[in-house]
Amino acid sequence: MITTTYREAIRAAIREALTKDARVFLMGEDVGRYGGAYGVSKGLLAEFGPDRIRDTPLSESTFVGAGIGAALGGMRPIVEVMTVNFSLLALDQIVNNAATIRHMSGGQFSIPLVIRMATGAGRQLAAQHAHSLEGWYAHVPGIRVVAPATLDDARGMLWTALEDPDPVLIFEHQTLYNMEGQLANNAQAVDLDRAAVRRPGKDVSLITYGGTLGKTLQAAETLAGEGIDAEVIDLRTLRPLDMPTIAASVKKTRRAVIVDEGWRSGSLSAEISARLVEQHFYDLDAPIARVCSAEVPIPYPKHLEDAAIPQPPAIIAAARETMGRRG
Amino acid sequence: MTDAKVRLKPDTTSETNTASDRIAPSDRSVRLQPDEHRTRLLHEMIRIRRFEEKCAELYSAGKIRGFLHLYIGEEAVAVGSMQALSPQDAIVATYREHGHALARGISMNALMAEMYGKHEGCSRGRGGSMHVFDAKTRFYGGNAIVGGGLPLAVGLALADALQHRPHVTACYFGDGAVAEGEFHESLNLAALWKLPVLFLCENNLYAMGTHIERAQSQTDLKAKAQSYLIAAETVDGMDVMAVEVATRRATERIRRGEGPMFIEFRTYRFRAHSMFDAELYRDKSEVEVWKARDPIATFSATLTSGGQASDVLVSAIEDTVTEEVAEAVAFAEAGTWEPVEDLLHDVYTPAREAHTAPAVEVK
Ligand SMILES: Cc1ncc(C[n+]2csc(CCOP(=O)(O)OP(=O)(O)O)c2C)c(N)n1
Ligand SMILES: [Mg+2]
Repeated sequence: MITTTYREAIRAAIREALTKDARVFLMGEDVGRYGGAYGVSKGLLAEFGPDRIRDTPLSESTFVGAGIGAALGGMRPIVEVMTVNFSLLALDQIVNNAATIRHMSGGQFSIPLVIRMATGAGRQLAAQHAHSLEGWYAHVPGIRVVAPATLDDARGMLWTALEDPDPVLIFEHQTLYNMEGQLANNAQAVDLDRAAVRRPGKDVSLITYGGTLGKTLQAAETLAGEGIDAEVIDLRTLRPLDMPTIAASVKKTRRAVIVDEGWRSGSLSAEISARLVEQHFYDLDAPIARVCSAEVPIPYPKHLEDAAIPQPPAIIAAARETMGRRG
Repeated sequence: MTDAKVRLKPDTTSETNTASDRIAPSDRSVRLQPDEHRTRLLHEMIRIRRFEEKCAELYSAGKIRGFLHLYIGEEAVAVGSMQALSPQDAIVATYREHGHALARGISMNALMAEMYGKHEGCSRGRGGSMHVFDAKTRFYGGNAIVGGGLPLAVGLALADALQHRPHVTACYFGDGAVAEGEFHESLNLAALWKLPVLFLCENNLYAMGTHIERAQSQTDLKAKAQSYLIAAETVDGMDVMAVEVATRRATERIRRGEGPMFIEFRTYRFRAHSMFDAELYRDKSEVEVWKARDPIATFSATLTSGGQASDVLVSAIEDTVTEEVAEAVAFAEAGTWEPVEDLLHDVYTPAREAHTAPAVEVK
């Protein structure tokens, strides 16, 4: 085992991909000389040179679109967009090109492209740097959306994403980059198909992903102290959803709380909730509960930002409520 | 818009001042002697410098959080250019906008409270350092999306033109923004519709860690504006008087109805991009070369050696500013946190406010 961080795990994954496959290159704003807005690619320019670690001008739409074109042309680009808020400048390329070309061409062209970006709140960056819009992307057929929440997934998802013949978007929660932990020396690629049970339990299923996994596990510990044995599911892949894993858990616990840093309206949590109600209504003993972000652009002051996004007390309260307990 | 060419009346609020007798927006009503005007310019630049030095300190102390982008080194651009704007003109800025806010006349107290996220801040604490807004001075942000302000500026100018108001919209942005599609789309539209937009590019040579040479095939930025048939010039952004004179020329031209104008100010940020930047992409020696051209030190030296100001006067300015900054910190410290129950405020406009919005006359 080695001690490492989420940031270093992603860097190791990029390094491995660059080493293993000559078609892979990294491009984005400040990925080279600066080392990446979140320091993920530090050192890679020196190691791999400017052809494969490409600093782009500030032009999200064009460098993402160029990634799509390069993928069409036989390369395996990893495109880094600094944060999901800035990816909106490239939304057109992602939704109108990356997601559709396979289909519009009648299956002639695939887009083996990986786009990585930071997402989420928690660092007081206010309303143009802190949103969780991965749920929007998960709305779109033609792309796969993943959210590594652990070191193993930070290390292992990238290679699998690169092997995918279609576009994969990787969402890295801003607050995870410094997360430290143990990783196997021989850590390698992981699947992108299955959700993971991060904590087994029998009383209630807490379903989450990405930046809120830690808070949800924390809530589960507190609940354990009250005699509520919560199971924690990490979605890992937001599109396509692994409904069998979710359903198996809910069948066992008969209760579900979905924790999602996106806004509640039209969110991923709404989709999961709807599917559970459609397909597993009779397995449920209590209404499904959701803990989401308040319907407000993320405010700057800490106390308001904290209040706007999911926190353990709200998760605990929601879980208790599904158990018919108050207070 | 069919009648694209809008004739603008001369700005009645700005009288017919020349470069030397205009003063900072905080007390425009007072007419100053040329020497006094220059002293004011110096004073305004020092206010920005000391305010931001204090902000850096407060950031380390954890009082200010999030991203903090300092304008230190670039003060002459905001201070010089603001002299040419009337109180009715509109401002659109970036996330590096403390200098513009102060030079525009937003009170240091309200700005500092915003840095803290206090309710008394100019954006009521919701925006922080990157999102300074102020309706009274027509300061339309504080935008943290690079290039995000340019289309807004075009629209503000369109609104002025449609309502026959003789105002200019001054739009500040960096060299990095020039690479974004919005830059090109905005310049084209403003030129096509001959809108009263003043595009003010603060070329500090870097977009985060990316030097302009590594981001632009054509590094002569005014050539880009000219390609849209926008009159353009390049000005020394370290020289506050040069900035003022050029901006005044540009606003006069725009007020004559000649359409948008573009000025590139050559400047430099002395500090890191933000508080998280280790500055591995540039040589210390390069920074030192530019620091030798510090807009405050050089202007102060010119004034004292030319006899327009004395050392005594300069230190009096410093004393006044020290006091003002201390008062702003005290104001921010004494400010209040907005109650959590109000979290959902200002997502939508309350109906009664919408109904009392002033009716505009569109001719
Ligand atoms: C659309 C978008 N992309 C990327 C960023 C991240 N970012 C913030 S500031 C900056 C550099 C901008 O440089 P420039 O326009 O020259 O302004 P300066 O910071 O030099 O004042 C970058 C890349 C952003 N805020 N918005
Ligand atoms: Mg710049």
